[in-house]
Amino acid sequence: MDCIRLEYDVDGENFASAGNASESVKRTLKQLGIPPASVRRVAIAMYEGEINMVIHAHGGKAVAEIYPDRIDITLKDTGPGIADIGLAMKAGWSTASENIRSLGFGAGMGLPNMKKYSDEMDIDSVVGVGTTVFLRIRF
Amino acid sequence: MAVTLKTVVLDSEKCIGCITCMRRCPTEAIRIVNGKAKILYEKCINCGECVRSCKGGAKRPVYDSFDLVKSYPYKIALPSPSLFGQFNNLDDPNYVIEGLLALGFDDVFEVGLAAELVTDCTKKLMRKNTLERPVISSACPAIAELIFLRYHELKDHLLNLYAPAKIAAKLAKKQAIEQGVPADDIGIFFISPCPAKVYSLHREEVSNEKYISGVLSQSDVYFRLVEKMNKIKNPRKLLRCGYSGLGWGSSGGESNSLGLGNYIHCSGARNVQGILAEMSDGKLDGADFVELNMCPGGCVGGVLNVENPFIARNRMRQLAEKLKIPPATMEQFGLDESFFLWDKAPEPSTSFQLDTDRFAAMQKLMKVEEYLKKLPGIDCGACGAPTCRTHAEDVVKSGGVLDCVKLREVK
Repeated sequence: MDCIRLEYDVDGENFASAGNASESVKRTLKQLGIPPASVRRVAIAMYEGEINMVIHAHGGKAVAEIYPDRIDITLKDTGPGIADIGLAMKAGWSTASENIRSLGFGAGMGLPNMKKYSDEMDIDSVVGVGTTVFLRIRF
Repeated sequence: MAVTLKTVVLDSEKCIGCITCMRRCPTEAIRIVNGKAKILYEKCINCGECVRSCKGGAKRPVYDSFDLVKSYPYKIALPSPSLFGQFNNLDDPNYVIEGLLALGFDDVFEVGLAAELVTDCTKKLMRKNTLERPVISSACPAIAELIFLRYHELKDHLLNLYAPAKIAAKLAKKQAIEQGVPADDIGIFFISPCPAKVYSLHREEVSNEKYISGVLSQSDVYFRLVEKMNKIKNPRKLLRCGYSGLGWGSSGGESNSLGLGNYIHCSGARNVQGILAEMSDGKLDGADFVELNMCPGGCVGGVLNVENPFIARNRMRQLAEKLKIPPATMEQFGLDESFFLWDKAPEPSTSFQLDTDRFAAMQKLMKVEEYLKKLPGIDCGACGAPTCRTHAEDVVKSGGVLDCVKLREVK
C-alpha cells in the first residue's frame, strides 16, 4: 500500500498558527483509528518540531507520510542550523532569546521531547544552511 | 419514563435550510439534505449549539413533559444551581425551594448540595494521586461526549465520577426510602439547563438502576415556578447548599471549590476544543485540573435557561456570597467513594473514523485527499456539508459523487 502524504508550510512569523500542521495530522490519525497513545506521541513530537521551526528558523516545511504501521515526519527549514547537535539534545539547553522564553517556549525540552516520543529520530544540520529533522513513530 | 436518545429534533416546517446551525455545530454533525437541516445523531454530542444558533426556532430540544410529574405519588425536584440565577430581584434562594414545594413537589434535593459532595470526593481522589493529571471535569456531559467522540487520547484524564444531578437523584431516592416511602411511588425530576444533561441522564438510566423519572426543562418550569414564588412570604430556611454548590452553575465554580492553584476553566464550544487540542499536545502537563463547559459561561449558558448567562452568573454570585452554609462532606452523608464512581466507563465512539478497519480507512482517506484537490476549499456550504473536507468524506463514505456548485461552474 502507498503511503498518505500530507504537506504543510509552517509559517515562521505566526505563533498563533504554530501547531496547525500537527493538529491536522492528529485529526487524520484519529480518522484512521490509530490508537490514542500513538496519536498522543505523534502530537507531542510533531508539535515540538513545528514550534522549533517557528522559534529558530522562521518556519519551513513539514511532511507527514502515513503508512499502515507508522508515520514518518520530515521537518525541513533553511534556518541558522544547529552548531552542536549533542548539546542541543541535552534537556534544558536552549539558544532561545529572552523574548521567546517569556512566551513560555525555549525551555530546552524541544529536541529531547521529540526523541522521547518518537521511535527513530535523525537530525541533519549545517550551520548557515538549515536543519532537517526526521521522526519515525510506530503505531 | 419517556426514554429518548435524541435530544434535539427538527421542526421541518420552520427549517428554511439555511446553513447557520450546520456551520456552528462543533462536531460537524449537521447536513442540509433536501433543504432541511439533518442531524447525524452518531456524531451529535447534544450540546444545543444548533438550538442556540437557529434563527427560526426550528431546532427543538427534547425533554419530558411537566405532566409526567403528576403520575408519581411522591415527587422530588432536583433544581440545578443555574436555576437560582434566573430570577430578577431574588434576594433569598429559599423562595425557589418553597416555590418548588408549592408547585406540588413533596421534597427538593438541590443539585448544588450533591455538587459539594462531588467536590469532596474529587478532592479525596486527587489527594490519592491515582488520577491522570490534569484531571478533566466530567460534570458537563457534552464535554465527556466530545472526548469519547474525538479526543480518545484524553479519555483517561476524565474524572470517573457521576455528575452532581445523578448523585442528587441517588441521594434523594435513598433518603425517601429511608423515610418509608415505597420505591415505586418515588418520582425524581431533574430540572435541566441543557439538552446534554437530558440525554446523559436518560441514557444512564437505560443501562443502570433507575433513579431519574424524568428530566424537565428549566425554562418550562420557570414560568410555573415564578407564579408560585410570587405568592410566598417569609420562606423557611430550607436551602442546604452553600457558596461552593451554587458556584457550580457557572464556569470556574467547580475548580474554585477544589481549592487548587494550578487549574484552567474555560467555556464555549470553540474555546474548549482549543484547550483539548493543547492538552493532547502535552502543553498543559503542569496543570492539576481542567474544567470545561460546552455552553458559554457554564451551565448558566445552557439553551434551556431563561436569563442571559452573564446576568444569571452575577445574580448567583451575589446570592452565594450571602450564604453562610459550609460545604457538605461525604462523612456527613455517610458516603464513600463507591457511591460516586462510574459503574463502568463509557465506550469511545468510532463515528469520527472513516472506517473501523485501518487499511480501509487509509484507502478512503486517499480518496478524500484526491477529492480535496478538486474541490475549491472555500467551505461555502452549498453542497449541504459544513466544509469541503466533510463533503469529500461524506462522498467517500457513501460512495456517491461530488456535488459542488463551483465544480459545475467550471464545466
